[in-house]
Amino acid sequence: MARIGVFICHCGENISATVNVTQVAEAASKLPGVTYATDYKYMCSDPGQTMIIEAIKEHKLTGIVVGSCSPRMHEATFRKVAEKAGINSYLCEIANLREQVSWVHPKSDATTQKAIDIVRTLVQKVKQDSPLYPIKVPVTKTALIIGGGIAGIQAALDIANAGHQVIIIEKSPSIGGHMSQLSETFPTLDCSQCILTPRMVEVAQHPNITLHTFAEVESISGFVGNFDVNIKLKARSVDLSKCTGCGTCWQKCPSKKIPDEFNEGLSDRTAIYTPFPQAVPNKPVIDRANCIWFLKGKCGLCKKNCPTGAIDYEMQDEIINIKVGAIVTATGFDIKHTDFFPEYGYGQYRNVIDGLQFERLASASGPTGGEIRRPSDGKIPEKIVFIACAGSRDKAKGIEYCSKICCMYTAKHAMLYKHKKPEGKAYVFYMDIRAAGKNYDEFVRRAIEKDEVLYIRGRVSRIYEKNDKLIVKGIDTLLNAQPIEIEADMVVLATAVVANKDAELLAQKMHISYDKHHFFSEAHPKLRPVETNTAGIMLAGACQTAKDIPDTVSQASAAASKVLGLFSSDEMTREPIVAVVNRMAPPQFTTCTGCLLCMEVCPYNAIEREEIRDRRTGDLIKVAAKVNAGLCQGCGTCVAFCRNKSIDLQGFSNQQMLSEVIALLNQPF
Amino acid sequence: MSEFEPKIVAFVCNWCTYAGADLAGTNRTKYASNVKIIRFPCTGRIDFMLLMKAFENGADGVIVSGCHPNDCHYTSGNFHARRRWIIFRSLLDFIGFDTDRITFSWISAAEGNKWAQIVDEVTEKIKSKGPFTDLKKLNCTLLKQLYDEAITK
Amino acid sequence: MKIGYYPGCSLESSSKEYSKSLLAVAEKCGIIPEEIKGWSCCGASAAHNLNHDLAIVLPARTLAIAEEQGFTEILVPCAACYRRLAAAQYEVTTNEETHKKVESYLELKFSGKIKILSVIEFLQKYISPVADQYIVNNLNQKIACYYGCLLARPKETSTLKRTEDPLEMESVLEKTGAKLINWAFKTECCGASLSVSSTAIVAKLSGKIIENAVASGAESIVVACPMCHMNLDMRRPEIKKQIKKDLDIPVLFITQVLGLSMGIPADKLGLNNHFVSTKKVISSIVKKEA
Repeated sequence: MARIGVFICHCGENISATVNVTQVAEAASKLPGVTYATDYKYMCSDPGQTMIIEAIKEHKLTGIVVGSCSPRMHEATFRKVAEKAGINSYLCEIANLREQVSWVHPKSDATTQKAIDIVRTLVQKVKQDSPLYPIKVPVTKTALIIGGGIAGIQAALDIANAGHQVIIIEKSPSIGGHMSQLSETFPTLDCSQCILTPRMVEVAQHPNITLHTFAEVESISGFVGNFDVNIKLKARSVDLSKCTGCGTCWQKCPSKKIPDEFNEGLSDRTAIYTPFPQAVPNKPVIDRANCIWFLKGKCGLCKKNCPTGAIDYEMQDEIINIKVGAIVTATGFDIKHTDFFPEYGYGQYRNVIDGLQFERLASASGPTGGEIRRPSDGKIPEKIVFIACAGSRDKAKGIEYCSKICCMYTAKHAMLYKHKKPEGKAYVFYMDIRAAGKNYDEFVRRAIEKDEVLYIRGRVSRIYEKNDKLIVKGIDTLLNAQPIEIEADMVVLATAVVANKDAELLAQKMHISYDKHHFFSEAHPKLRPVETNTAGIMLAGACQTAKDIPDTVSQASAAASKVLGLFSSDEMTREPIVAVVNRMAPPQFTTCTGCLLCMEVCPYNAIEREEIRDRRTGDLIKVAAKVNAGLCQGCGTCVAFCRNKSIDLQGFSNQQMLSEVIALLNQPF
Repeated sequence: MSEFEPKIVAFVCNWCTYAGADLAGTNRTKYASNVKIIRFPCTGRIDFMLLMKAFENGADGVIVSGCHPNDCHYTSGNFHARRRWIIFRSLLDFIGFDTDRITFSWISAAEGNKWAQIVDEVTEKIKSKGPFTDLKKLNCTLLKQLYDEAITK
Repeated sequence: MKIGYYPGCSLESSSKEYSKSLLAVAEKCGIIPEEIKGWSCCGASAAHNLNHDLAIVLPARTLAIAEEQGFTEILVPCAACYRRLAAAQYEVTTNEETHKKVESYLELKFSGKIKILSVIEFLQKYISPVADQYIVNNLNQKIACYYGCLLARPKETSTLKRTEDPLEMESVLEKTGAKLINWAFKTECCGASLSVSSTAIVAKLSGKIIENAVASGAESIVVACPMCHMNLDMRRPEIKKQIKKDLDIPVLFITQVLGLSMGIPADKLGLNNHFVSTKKVISSIVKKEA
C-alpha cells in the first residue's frame, strides 16, 4: 500500500507569494495514497531536510513528492535526503512549483489550482515508481581538450599536473590560438608571445600530454566517463618523426604568394610553411590546396632539398580512435573582418583594418617588424582613427551583444601607436568605455591622460577614400552633437567577436547546446559556467562567450577542476534511467517478438539481439531485444517505437506517464 | 457565464523545452496558466496515444515540444517524434479530428520567451475554439448503456 | 493583371520627365500601368511633421482606394511617396488599433496589404526580365547610381538587400552596357526638403555627393527619386558656388537611361527638361551590334 509524503516548499516567498502553499499541502493530504502532507519555508535547508527525514521515518513513508523549484535545481538534493532517510532515492519526485508556476503566474486561485494539479500528477507518478539502483561504470581517466589556444593549454596543464593523461587536438598546424598573434596584452602591456610560448613548450614536453595538431574531431559517441572519439589527423605531408624544423623546405618553396593566415592577410607565405617562428610543433605543413605538386604534379623542391627525407606527398588523412572520460571544449572565437562593413568600404580600402591585423602590425615578429605602417604604401600614418563597437551592440547588424574586449584593446592599440610615434594623432570613436577588470580603468585613463589619445564619444557613419586619405565621417555627441570629419591615414575597426565558424557543427557532433550566435551554452548562466548540459563535457574560454585572457585562464582552470572531480574515483555511478525489455517465466520468456525495430532507432547502439535458447538442447526458442544498461542513455525512443510495448523506460515507464496524464486532468484513478 | 478556461497539457522534453520553460520562470516572464507540463526525457519517448488519452480525460488542447532538429540531446529522438507526428496528424485528419488543437513546436533551452509566447498563443487559440467534447462522448458508461439496451432487445 | 500607378505630385510637375520616361519604357515592354482614380497627396514630409494621424491617413487613403479599384500591385516611383505609403502599410498591418482608427477616418474598409512597388522593384520584376528583347543601344558611360536615403531607410520599409551599399540599380542598368562605378556616397543625404528652407545646406551636402561621384570616375549620375534629382540638378548653380568647382556632370533618372538604351528618342524621355545638360549622355549612345 502506498504511503506517500508531500512536502510543499514556500521557497522563502518565491513560491508562497503567488501560490497558497498551505492550501496545496491540504489538497495533497486528501489524495488517495498520501499519508502525510505539510509545507515549510525552506525545504532544501538543513532543518527542512531534517524535517523530511523525520517525517519519512515517523510515518513509514514509501515515497515522497517535494513541491519546490525546478527538478533541474534540487532533484539531486532531495533524492539524497530520501536516501539518508532509508528509502530508495528514486522514490522521490519533484513538482516544479516555482519556475513553471509561481514565477510565471500572478497570485490567484487559478495559480494555486495549477500547483495542486501538478502535485497531484507527481503523486500519481511516484506511486508507480520502483526502486532503482545506480549503475556503476568505470571512468576512463584521460581527458580530451579540443582547442590549443590559451584556454586549452591552461586546462591541459592543470589536468596533466594532477597526474592524468591529456590529449589536445588543435585544428591549425600549431597551438597558441589568437593569443599568439597578439603583440602586447592589456593591462600590463606584457609581450603576449613571451608569456604564452613557455606554456606552449611545457605542453609539448609534458609527459602526460599528447598533442595532435592539424587534427579535428570526426565523431564523438558514448557518455560521461566513457567517451569514444574519432579524430581525423589531417595529412601534414611532413613526417614529424623525421623533420628537424630546419626550414630548408619553405626557404626553397617557389609558391610565395599565399595570403598568410597568421598575419591576417597582411603578408604572404609559402605553400609549405610553419605558421610562425615559435610554433609548437615547430614543423611545417603543406597547404595542399595551394601547392604546385598537388595542383599540377610539378616542382617537388621541398622533398628534393629536405636533408632528412621528411616530406611525404603520399601521406593520407588518418582517423584514430581514443577513449576519454571527459572533454573540455576550448575552441575559441573569430572576429568579423572589414568586409562585414559596407559603410566602411566593404573590405576594399586597404588602410581600413581590423584589430587582429593591427596586432600583427604592432608585433615585432609581424610583417612590418613592429612598425605601424599603412598596408597600401608602407608609409607610417600620421593620423589613425580607431572605431570601437564596430558591429557589436548593433541590432541592425545582428550582433546585439557587447564583445567585451574591444574597449581595452582599442586603448591598448592607440597607446602602442603613440609610444611608437608620439607626434602622431590617435582618435578613438566610442559609445561607452567598458573597462571593468582589475587595473583596467586606470589603463584607459593612462591612454587618455598620459598618451594623449583623443577619445570622441560618437559613431562613424561612413568612411571613404579621397586622394590618399580616408575621410572618416563621425559625430561628437559630447560637443553638442557636432558632426566631425577626420582625414585619417589609417582606420582600425574593433570588430565584433563572433563564434568560430565551425562551432555549430562541432556542437551537434558533441550534443551540446548553443545559442543563436553559436556560442556554446553553459549549464546554468550563473552557477554552472564551465559545464554544459551534457555530462562530462566542459567549456573553457571564448567559445562560451567573448572574454579576455584573465577570465579565459580562470575558466580553463575551473573546467579542469570539474574534470579532476570526475576523475577522483575509479568508478562513476550513472543514473539508472535506462530501458529494459520485459522478461517473464517460460514458455513466454518475454512479450518481445524480436522485430528489433528498437535496435534500429537507438541512437547509442545500446540494444542488442539476444537469442533465447533451450538450456538443454541449445535449440533457438526466440529472438528478443536486450538493452545494454551501460550504453543506454534513457531517451526512450525505443519505448515509443515498440509495437507491443515490450520495452519500457525505468523512471518514465508507460504506466507512469499514463497515470500522470490522467491525474493531471483530475480523473479518479 | 464565466469565460471558458481551456485545459492544455504539454508533453515536453527535459533538455530543451523544459529547460526553456524554467528559463522563462527565471526571467519572471508572465504567461497564461492553462498549460501544464508533463516532463519526458525526450520527445522521442512520447507515445502519441498519450495525446489521445489526454483529450479523452478532459484536455482541450495539447502541445508537444522538444529540441530543434539537429540539436536533440539524444541525437535523433526529435526526428522520430517529428516523423511520428506527420503520420499521426494525417490519421487524425482522416478521422475528422481537429488537428489544430495539437501544436508541435521546437523550443530550445535558451528560448524562454518563445515558450511563453507559444503558451499564450495556444491558450488563445483553444479558447476561441471552445471546449473539446468529441472523445468524451465515447466513454464506458454510454457504451455499457448501449450494450445493456442491445442485450434486452 | 493591372498595376496601379500613383505618380504623386512631383511626377506631375517638377519631375515630369520621370513620369514620361517611366511610362515610355513600360509601354515599350508592353506594360501600361493604370493611374489610380482620385488619388491624393501622400503627405510627404509636411504631414508627419504636423500630425501623426494625418501622416498615416493620407497615404493610407491611396492604399484603400487602390484596393477598392481592384489593383493588387501599385507602382510608386517617387521615393518619398513610396516611403509614406510603405510606412502607412507597416502601421496598419502591424497594429490592429491603428488599422481600425484609419478605417474610421476614411470611412472605408481595407486590408492595407496591397503590394507597393518602388520603381526599382518594378524595373527588377517587369522590365529586367524582358530587357534583352528591347535594348538596342549600348551606353558608353561611366555611371554612379545614387539611391538617396528614402529607399534605404528605415530597415522596416526598405527593400534593398544591402542598405549601406546597395546594388539593385546597378543590376537593372547592367544590360545597358554602361560601366557602373563603385563609390562611397550612394546613400548619403542630399539635403532633401531643406532645398527650399535652407538651400545652403543642400548645396553643401549635394555638393559633396557630386564631388565624390566625379572623383570616383563617374561621367553621369543616375537617381530614382525626384527630390534627389532636384537637389543634384536644379540646385547646381548653388552647388557650384559652394564647392567652388564648375562640375557639369549630368543627373538622369534611371528610367531615362533605360529608355535611351531601348532606342526611345530623347525628347520622349524628357531629357531636355534638365538644368544640367544631358547632351553628353545622349551622344554616348552606340548602336548595339546585332
